[in-house]
Amino acid sequence: MDWLFLFEVAIAGLGAGGLYALAAVGFVVVYKATRVVNMAIGEILMLGAFVFFGFASGLGWPPWAAVPAALVVGGLFGGVVERTMIRPMLGESPIAVFMITVGLGSLLVGLVELVWSPEPRRLPAFLPDAPIFLPTPWGEAYVSPKTAYASAAALVLITGFMLAFRYWRGGVALRATATDRGAAYTVGINVPLVFATAWIAGSVAAFGAGVLLGAIGGISSTMGVFGLSVLVVVIVGGLDSLLGALVAGLLIGLLEALAGTFLGGEYKLLVTFGLLVVVLLIRPYGLFGTREIERL
Amino acid sequence: MRIGHAKESYAADEALLDSPFQWTMLALMIAGLAALPLFGDPYWVYLVCLIAIHVIGATGLNILTGFTGLVSLGHAAFLGVGAYTVAVLEARIGTPFPVNLLAGGLAAAAVGLVVGLPSLRVKGLYLAIATIAASVILHFVFLHWASLTGGPAGLSLPPATLFGVALDTPFALYWLILPVAGVMVLGAANLFRTRVGRAFIAIRDRDISAELIGIPLLKTKLMSFGISSFYAGVAGGLWAYFFRVVTPESFPLIMSIFFLAAIIVGGLGSILGGVLGAVFMTLVPEALKLGVGLLSGVLPDAVAILAPVRTVVFGALIIGFLIFEPLGLAEIWRRFRRLQHLWPFRT
Repeated sequence: MDWLFLFEVAIAGLGAGGLYALAAVGFVVVYKATRVVNMAIGEILMLGAFVFFGFASGLGWPPWAAVPAALVVGGLFGGVVERTMIRPMLGESPIAVFMITVGLGSLLVGLVELVWSPEPRRLPAFLPDAPIFLPTPWGEAYVSPKTAYASAAALVLITGFMLAFRYWRGGVALRATATDRGAAYTVGINVPLVFATAWIAGSVAAFGAGVLLGAIGGISSTMGVFGLSVLVVVIVGGLDSLLGALVAGLLIGLLEALAGTFLGGEYKLLVTFGLLVVVLLIRPYGLFGTREIERL
Repeated sequence: MRIGHAKESYAADEALLDSPFQWTMLALMIAGLAALPLFGDPYWVYLVCLIAIHVIGATGLNILTGFTGLVSLGHAAFLGVGAYTVAVLEARIGTPFPVNLLAGGLAAAAVGLVVGLPSLRVKGLYLAIATIAASVILHFVFLHWASLTGGPAGLSLPPATLFGVALDTPFALYWLILPVAGVMVLGAANLFRTRVGRAFIAIRDRDISAELIGIPLLKTKLMSFGISSFYAGVAGGLWAYFFRVVTPESFPLIMSIFFLAAIIVGGLGSILGGVLGAVFMTLVPEALKLGVGLLSGVLPDAVAILAPVRTVVFGALIIGFLIFEPLGLAEIWRRFRRLQHLWPFRT
């Protein structure tokens, strides 16, 4: 066994896992506050990458302006989606809202293909690309700089989200809404505003993940497939747990890297979804999710 | 026009078609469909065959999602199982096609039962995601079990033969596909007049109450999965005979979304809705094609935008119907009928 190689694969996997975790945070924030399962998470992420592409390549903005601009558009997008599609469905069955997001995903893919055409593209390089070597007991391990910087950025963003939920007033309001919507109303929390905030925050996270993912692997309208793995991540981690999203994101990233290296690329999704089936059968509420007591 | 149509027995109240007017309309529709291939354009014959296949698939998904309340995003994969079973039997073994079609349905039903097993523990969106998992895994099997499925190139199959006649054109297949679709829709409509069908509805409305009144949840849910995927398998089998080539890429996730969109647009939990939705969703891309064809004089690359426009329209239809008309086309039709019953008076 070549330990150095294994180490490099594992680091690459954890790096990819950081992006999964960021996208998963975008999902979990929305789910926690509004109980909406956002099936369009992969497509929102793709939209983020293309919006960044539009600013950076189409308008020729420098990355330090284009990234914040893309995140702002992400926030606006989240707000608009919440107001026009999710708010009218308040109180409808969760399945109906779930299907709205399926429709939203289809809508976004079509729109992106209309505006930017389905061909894959490369984002202008904005992450440093000097190779990084980590000293290990087996020798110097090569780490892809793009993956390393992207996952570091993702981890910073995730930490920001976690701190905001813990200490920011709005974050506390969001957790209160998640615990008990009625009680949150009673103590004077503006629950619809919390919903809007959750969608804005969730979309910003997804847009951020999209920009970082695009910076590593290029962008195309089929990037939404990434969302399938993100769904697995949130279920494995527990739908309403930020920590779960982080841990499961890293875990799935690692698993996919190992499966991709040792079994072949086409086994990646198979292994991910195999894990999903196992988790659904043994622990449907995930590693860190709230266990809903319901025996049927 | 139908005011004063009193029902005097339970049987009359339960009847699927309750008035001479409806019987007349049905007879006219059947006569029209029978006349179509004799006088109509081959394109329309092709389109009606495709619609009929989609009607079977959508009705199957409606049994599961609309009537039992279990969302499936893996329906395309069940179609794939049916199509592959038929293709393998027809191309490799050469059994007669009614046997193949039935085997396709049963194989899909068996896979459906396995996929339905998690419904013991999970429901709602967890189940939906479990069905996505199933469809990913099935896609992998189609792609990698190359000795059976032909791998990425897929399988092509000879035409079905009936009494020595090769059913190799849409015109010939029309007489096979339409009756099968008719029988399956009728079967689904009658299913919900039986104990089993009502148990499905009870589970959809409130599973805990359903269990309390003595419905075995797992068994009934599995039965719903089985019946639904049987429908998908038959639709897939007909699909295989219709296109005569089956590849792993023939049954993508977007096809599952197509069927979901069809029953949402048509009306969840209504047999008529499933039929209307399948007709509507099959005709929308054709109408778009026509519109794009007209535009091609103005826009040079109008054909290139067809696929994305279709994706956008699918998404917009799902969202629009869920927000503005959650009961779908079936509800619009019901409103129209109420208007027509009382005409010239208004409700």
